[in-house]
Amino acid sequence: MSEQQARRTPLYEKHKAHHARIVDFAGWEMPIQYEGIVAEHNKVRQHAGLFDVSHMGRVELFGKGALTAIQHWITNDAARLSDGQSLYTPICYPSGGIVDDCLVYRLQEAHYIIVINASNRDKDFAWFQENIPAEAKADLVMKTPEDGDKWALIAIQGPQARSMLNALATTDLTPLKHNQLTTTTLAGIAECMAACTGYTGEDGFEIFVPTQKATALWDALIDKGAAPIGLGARDTLRMEMRYPLYGNDIDQTTNPIEAGLSWTVKPEKGPFLGRDAILEQIQNKPSRRLVGIQLTDRGVPRHGYKIFDADGQNEIGILTSGGFSPSLQQSIGIGYVPALPQYTKPGSSLTIDIRNKKLAAQVVKTPFYTKPNEIA
Amino acid sequence: MKFPRNLRYTEDHEWINPETGLMGITDHAQDQLGDVVYLDFSAKSNQSIAHKDVLGTIESVKTVSDIYSPISGKILDINEALAKSPELVNTDPYGAGWLYRVEIADHSELDGLMDADAYIKHTGH
Repeated sequence: MSEQQARRTPLYEKHKAHHARIVDFAGWEMPIQYEGIVAEHNKVRQHAGLFDVSHMGRVELFGKGALTAIQHWITNDAARLSDGQSLYTPICYPSGGIVDDCLVYRLQEAHYIIVINASNRDKDFAWFQENIPAEAKADLVMKTPEDGDKWALIAIQGPQARSMLNALATTDLTPLKHNQLTTTTLAGIAECMAACTGYTGEDGFEIFVPTQKATALWDALIDKGAAPIGLGARDTLRMEMRYPLYGNDIDQTTNPIEAGLSWTVKPEKGPFLGRDAILEQIQNKPSRRLVGIQLTDRGVPRHGYKIFDADGQNEIGILTSGGFSPSLQQSIGIGYVPALPQYTKPGSSLTIDIRNKKLAAQVVKTPFYTKPNEIA
Repeated sequence: MKFPRNLRYTEDHEWINPETGLMGITDHAQDQLGDVVYLDFSAKSNQSIAHKDVLGTIESVKTVSDIYSPISGKILDINEALAKSPELVNTDPYGAGWLYRVEIADHSELDGLMDADAYIKHTGH
């Protein structure tokens, strides 16, 4: 993998033109920031931001076997989807460890798209191929993630996102609810799919746009006033919502129950990969839990820092994500601690080892960030 | 990006003013760090310091970086304003965003530091 030439999305030249700082992300040359992480973060919370997420993988499935295969791979229940709906789900190993997390879109009865993490493109596709149930094989065509690059993927997020996109659409996007998508013409570009979803906690869309037209749509949304947003702010935005990041908060060593993703596990749908292990977790209760913490001392907690008990004597866990929250103006983190009330209950005191200093923190409710108009 | 002529610069991207003894991080350094959110000043007033000693850390949204002493001497002042306004390091790195004021023990040590031209070359600007 590391030997390969870094890959570029169709929007690479746009990022350069916006003076982005480019970094290698999972083998892709991606913008980490343009204007600055805090300024970009605030634009998404207050206005609208534009993200190039074309590095994510898109695996398209056709045929009556598609649903059978997907149901075998995921923990959530894709049989509940109607045409034009999506769901979020982990993909698990038989051990209950997580292969990846993804969005499954049902376009039609025999036509699905799975959107996977950029870092897991090859791994996931191989996993799917190796685990096609025999009964699905007769009527299933699965396209590669590279074939899925026939679309670019652009996210627009923020309180103004919907009205900006709507101004370019031939279909009224106003009634579209979360996890719904529609095929539409955007800025004169036919065959776009606008999916109401995102990774920021704001209203917004992820748009599948034909690759050759990606820059035209990008320009049209910039003209409407959306600001380009890099991966740096994408991370601070998702962290404030406690959305897990694969490779940080979830991976092959964590299972959906301890990661707080029980709501995505539907054992009642029937057999699927990882079901037995997950059922055992549910029955015996996980030994650890992913919790949100807020630092009460001054400092910045980060991925990989150790969590200690309140008096700093015993190491009890590890932070899987951490950083400074621009919206809260507070240092926050997500980490695994033993599933005991003294460590998991909001208000519980912990300490974080930050560069050899034990700094005070407390467990808090998540999401960390609540929109101003949602405060009861 | 600015690199004032009256300052001396280190390879670790600190600056020091030979006249006032004020020191901080360069425009290049603040740009690389991005939004500064917290400064941990481990060196205290009246503390004797040596060239390259770690004087504290700077935390930005993106990363964390050590502050190295550009010179040997003694800490006279710490910029307390940065506790409330750490972003001054970004907006005014050579002015209100200074970090420490140092009593320079031996001015000949400044000859070992870079002038603006050498530093510009060092950073590739």
